[in-house]
Amino acid sequence: MTNVIAPPAGPARTRRPSGGLFRLSTASGIGLGIGLVWFSVLVLLPLSAVVGAAAAGGWSAFAGTLTDPQTFAALRLTVVEAVLVTVVNAVIGTIVAWVLVRDDFVGKRLLDVVIDIPFALPTIVAGLVLLSLYGPDSPVGFNIVNTRTGIFLALLFVTLPFVVRTVQPVLLEIEVEAEEAAASLGASRFTTFRRVILPSLVPAITAGSSLGFARAISEFGSLVLISGNTPYQTEVASLKILKFLEGDNQAGAAAVAVLLLLVAVVVIVALDILSRRVARRA
Amino acid sequence: MRNKFKALAIASVVGVLALSGCSSAGGSGDDKTINLVGFAVPEAANDAIADKFAETDAGDGARLSGSYGASGDQSRKVADTNGKDVDYVHFSLEGDVTRLVDAGLVAEDWNKGPNKGIVSSSIAVIAVEKGNPLGIKDWSDLTRKDVKVITADPASSGAARWNVLALYTYAKSQGKTEAEADAYLKQVFGNVVTWAASGREATEAFKKGVGNVLITYENEAILAKQNGEELDYIVPDHSFLIENPGAVLKDADSIATDWLDFVLSDEGQKEFVKKGFRPVGDVDISGIEVQGANDPANPFPVPSSLDTIADLGGWPAVSDEWFGKDGKKLRFDKLYDAATKK
Repeated sequence: MTNVIAPPAGPARTRRPSGGLFRLSTASGIGLGIGLVWFSVLVLLPLSAVVGAAAAGGWSAFAGTLTDPQTFAALRLTVVEAVLVTVVNAVIGTIVAWVLVRDDFVGKRLLDVVIDIPFALPTIVAGLVLLSLYGPDSPVGFNIVNTRTGIFLALLFVTLPFVVRTVQPVLLEIEVEAEEAAASLGASRFTTFRRVILPSLVPAITAGSSLGFARAISEFGSLVLISGNTPYQTEVASLKILKFLEGDNQAGAAAVAVLLLLVAVVVIVALDILSRRVARRA
Repeated sequence: MRNKFKALAIASVVGVLALSGCSSAGGSGDDKTINLVGFAVPEAANDAIADKFAETDAGDGARLSGSYGASGDQSRKVADTNGKDVDYVHFSLEGDVTRLVDAGLVAEDWNKGPNKGIVSSSIAVIAVEKGNPLGIKDWSDLTRKDVKVITADPASSGAARWNVLALYTYAKSQGKTEAEADAYLKQVFGNVVTWAASGREATEAFKKGVGNVLITYENEAILAKQNGEELDYIVPDHSFLIENPGAVLKDADSIATDWLDFVLSDEGQKEFVKKGFRPVGDVDISGIEVQGANDPANPFPVPSSLDTIADLGGWPAVSDEWFGKDGKKLRFDKLYDAATKK
């Protein structure tokens, strides 16, 4: 994950003197050791436990769980919603970041702080807030409880900050001189954006999108109150996992978890490839 | 600014240390502390009972340290940690204690006493909007077109299984055949707008006006009214007795046994009654006003027909017929699937 977030538009990495693993200084050796142990204990162990639990049921149980129509419907809904939310976030998040960096307006600092609220709110509280806002007692006369639109809005709410917060610092670093140079060479503002600005933003946009996507496919707290959880209609994968656990079906829960994991990995890798392509072309 | 940050960092480190100190103190086998693991609903009642227990000779100096959450989760947690630092469990369903019996943590004869292992009880009721604008009278109204039902989801909340059994036994009490009962259940399931993950979340959704009828437990409805929520509840002519088991773990400190005895005593049960639970055993509750009940002086009207899990052959038989484990789909799972499929 870290390599995805690393500031991609920064100066080219200073090359370490060659010599490989065995010539590390003591300090970096310790650092590498701590990093690896930390990563293994916190990430690799739990992940392998999940995969192990899914494998324990055997292939037929794994396939059977995922092809069960109810489970499949939940997975499809989750992935489709997450993809839609990610696409919207990539566009809107970039615009919001742009506005925050390049424009001056009253209340800008306030907006800058407010953006993080979906991060800061415990998700179940976010669910309650959304239920009050878009529920039957909605002050804006907008009732989307128990609909897929409701799930979509809730996911947009909790994933909004990801793209904004990854694009913002990159945008701050971009030197205006390059844009001015492009303009002086006769490029239109759109061309400047497309050929000069966007390529340096793409790595940040994809990094934010990956984070947002991963969050969206695993979201639970904010959806549990607003979605209605009706199988085939508004049941998401994370709730399906909860139901499997309650039914003492650990292998089923692990199967769904492993599939979500695979989807997340595929999307993150795809976005990473996309960002490298764009960066290379620029 | 930097100093402030430093102070904050130190404060949080001290706080974390203090917290971890507390938790290790709670689990150090201190023989005056009863470590309870339970489902969420009876927390207030257990705390009240603990205060009374500490005033008795047996419970002198006793302290209750409770961990509350969803019944199934809690039970699995105790089983997974081999009952470490747990003295007493209080669950929503018998099966959650049976899991601990199977794990060798609770004695086989835990439910052989006069109370059959049950420590608190209630019945299934229908909660409606204040003033009952839809004129709901009993379970048959739940199939009406204008009714939007909220219930905890039996697939994610074990306690919601009581709701399904209440609906099923209602249908049977009306002389319906098994096939007709299935059709009735399917119709009600089709009217459900929110399958909440837990009983609490169902109440929460109902409070926000998501549906207009909530299938819940009498004690949960009474508690909501005690907390000033705008709702009414109806005790239908037919209902189902909800029985929550409690058990002491094999390796528990001896004070836990005294605690269980006290919970089952008249004095203990009266604290449950004050929070809206029906008493277990023969307890004289005249003179207790239950705030939030429809009639505080006579809080627990007896439905003319009240089925129990024993009437259905006990939990093992009911689970085997209705609620699939390990991914198997049984009677409930199939109806649930059929009712929600479009």
